This record gives sequence, structure tokens and C-alpha cells, in this order.
Amino acid sequence: MSIGTYILVSLVKIVLALLILLTAVAYTTLLERKVVAHIQNRWGPSRVGPFGIWQPLADGLKFIFKEDLTPPYVNKPLYMLAPIIALTTALTSIAVIPIGPWIRLGSVNTPLQITDINIGLLVILGVTSVGVYGVALAGWSSNSKYSMLGGLRASAQMISYEIALGLSLIGVLIYAGSFSLSDIVNSQAGVWFGFIPKWNIFKGQFVAFFIYIMAAYAETNRIPFDLPEAETELVAGYHTEYSSMKFAMFFMAEYANMVTVACLASILFLGGWSGPVFGPPIVQSLLPVFWFAVRVFAFMFIYIWVRGTLPRFRYDQLMAFGWKFLLPLAIANIVVTAFVVAVK
Amino acid sequence: MPQNYVPIFIFALVAFLVAAGTVALCALVRPKNPFKTKLMPYECGITPFDNARGRYTVRFYIVAILFVVFDVETIFLFPWAVQFKLLGLFGLLEMMIFLGILIVGYIWIWKKGALEWV
Repeated sequence: MSIGTYILVSLVKIVLALLILLTAVAYTTLLERKVVAHIQNRWGPSRVGPFGIWQPLADGLKFIFKEDLTPPYVNKPLYMLAPIIALTTALTSIAVIPIGPWIRLGSVNTPLQITDINIGLLVILGVTSVGVYGVALAGWSSNSKYSMLGGLRASAQMISYEIALGLSLIGVLIYAGSFSLSDIVNSQAGVWFGFIPKWNIFKGQFVAFFIYIMAAYAETNRIPFDLPEAETELVAGYHTEYSSMKFAMFFMAEYANMVTVACLASILFLGGWSGPVFGPPIVQSLLPVFWFAVRVFAFMFIYIWVRGTLPRFRYDQLMAFGWKFLLPLAIANIVVTAFVVAVK
Repeated sequence: MPQNYVPIFIFALVAFLVAAGTVALCALVRPKNPFKTKLMPYECGITPFDNARGRYTVRFYIVAILFVVFDVETIFLFPWAVQFKLLGLFGLLEMMIFLGILIVGYIWIWKKGALEWV
């Protein structure tokens, strides 16, 4: 196809992806409040529309019209830049995630992702690593003790668990032989004995799967690893001095990162969009997207379920868990996987 | 294909515009009513004392240095894993030797107490 069509198709996909992602982010907040409320035997938001379904819109409007305080003692350029970096990187990391196989629309044949590149996984890891800057800069530029401590804690925690996260992916890469996320999904096609799908989690990567999930919870600063914003000791951590929409942007970034992590977990370990496909052609082309969405929703639900269930770690326990347990376990997983694949 | 990377940059630009645009939009419509106590750093109600960017524990530096060591190792493992079937037995043994050296270093830093937080 010509360059003009290519750019146009890309732009349409980018706008669609951003709309879907931001809607998902908004409604994850509602889902979280509802589920946590029911876990704690409350009702959760129920006044704005039926079952509170307009609550995210009301929250967004409220955030926009709140006073945005920029305290005089902050480092102003970095203070402004930090939430922008956090949100930009969180949104950009969704760019290479495929939500389905190639589809045909009229004369245009296109993958169901922004772009299919052969180092997709590396791009995601790289872009999410830059997100640490948003948190660290927010903590430092605020010039407040709680922000500083929260920023330091968050940076140390995120870089510690990034190692376990990266090492847990090696096993999957050995099986798939490619960084391209659609190749990784395709390498998990087929079934054993007619009913066990050949997903990586069933190929012996279940240890890696659990390392990935735990490291990802720590990367996104979620309970039980939410030390950077532990409200009982640090007020709000690195965003103590932020207000209004800048405060909301850190939360949007956190939830967008959760969506990315859930998508990656589905793609790397649970076979991506594979699932039974049947019915008329239009249903056949949409069913893979549906199966993918089901997996992502399940992961988001587990995120919230964990939040409603587990207490918070202590900081030394958190560091010991990452460095003394997850890291050696991930290295052992690599060695075992390498020998198993080599013997085959 | 190199042109496949272009949409990522477009996406990053659009995401940046969305983020910066939100901040700009809020600057237009928000109320502005600051006063002295509202602008003080938040310290649970007491008057702030001391510098916020004061001294903090050396552990954070140690974690950062260890991160560099192990992250380089991770980056070294990525291309090896992708080309695993092509490299065969030689690649496997070579990587096991590399991991062996790394694990010796890991045990050493553990014994030295670099992984202890207290």
C-alpha cells in the first residue's frame, strides 16, 4: 500500500487504540471501586447513573475543575514534566500489543495492532523503563519529604523487580524464537491430546508465569507491593504534592500500565487470542479479539481481587523477596528451560 | 522493515499531546485561590523543618549499582534466547559458563550483605 494510506491507517488505529485504552482505564477504576466495595461488604459507587456507570465521567469532570496547586518551592519544569512523562510512556507501551490476527477491511490488509515490528517485546520493556523517570522526577521535584521518600522507594522497587520481570521472559523467548508479539502468539497455536492448548504456561513456563505476575504487580506499584504510595506511612508517596488533573494523570498511568501488563501476560503465557472460532465470517474475525479481551479482563479482575485480599509488605521484605527469591528462581527457570529445550 | 517503526513515534507524539493537552486544558478552566498555608509543603500539619532533599540511606545506591550489573546480564540473555535453537550446544554451554560466573558474583554479594536492607 502507498505511504499515504499507511500513515492514514496508522493514525486511525492510534486514535482508536487511545480511545479504547483511556475508556478501559476509566472503567477499571469503576470496576476496582465496585469489586473492592463488594469484597468489603459495601455497595461502592451507585448514585451516578444505574450501578454508578457514569462515575468515571463524573470523576474526570471533577478533576478538571479542581484547583491545580503548584507550590512555590517545587522545581517547576520537572514538576510539570513528571506526570506527562508517566502518562506518555504508559500510553505508548500499548503501541505494539496485538489484540488479534491480521484482518481485511475492503482493500486494506492490516494487523490488529498499531504496528507489527520484530522487536515488539523490547520496545515495551524499554518504554515502560522510561516510566521510572516520571515517578523519580515527581518525587524529587516536589521538594517535600514524603514525596522524596516515595520517589526513592518507587525507583528502587521498580528497578529491582525489572530484573526478575526481564528474566522471566527468557523462557518464553527460547520457545518462541522471536521478539515479535504476534510470532509469540503464533508459536503457541495447536493442542495436545485434542484438548490441552499449547500455551507457554502449559509448556513448563508456569514458574516464569508466577514470577512475571509478581514482578508486574511490583512494577505497577499495586498491592501487595504498593510501598511507594503506602498511605499509612507516606501520606501519598511521590504524588503527595500533586493536585487536580496532574494527580489524576499518575493514576491514569498506573491503570494504563496495568492494562499493558495484563495484555502482555495473556500474549506471553496464555496463548494471546487463541480460542474456539465459529459462526459467520464477521463473527469469526471478531471472536479472537473477544477471547483476548476475556483474558485481559480476567487479569484485571485478579489485580483487584488481590488488592481486596492481601495486606502490604514491609519494605525490607519487599527487597528481600525480589533479590533473594524471585531473582534466583528466575535464573533457575532459565537454566532448566534451556536444558529441556536442548535435550528435545 | 524500518517504516514499521514510524507509527510508534506517531503514537508517542499523540500520547504526549494528549497528556500535555490535558494539563493545558485544566490550566484554562481551573479556579486559582492560593494562600500561604495552602502552599506549604505537606507535613501532617506541623511547620516544615529541615531540607526535604537531605541525606538518605546508602542502600538505594547499592540497589541501583546491582541493578546495572544484573540488567546488563538480562540484556545479554535476550538475543541468546531468541537465537537459542540456532546456537545449539555451543551457545548453551557458553551461556551456562556466563551464568555460572554471574551466580558466583551473586553469592558473593549476598554473603557481603549487599542484599540486606537493615
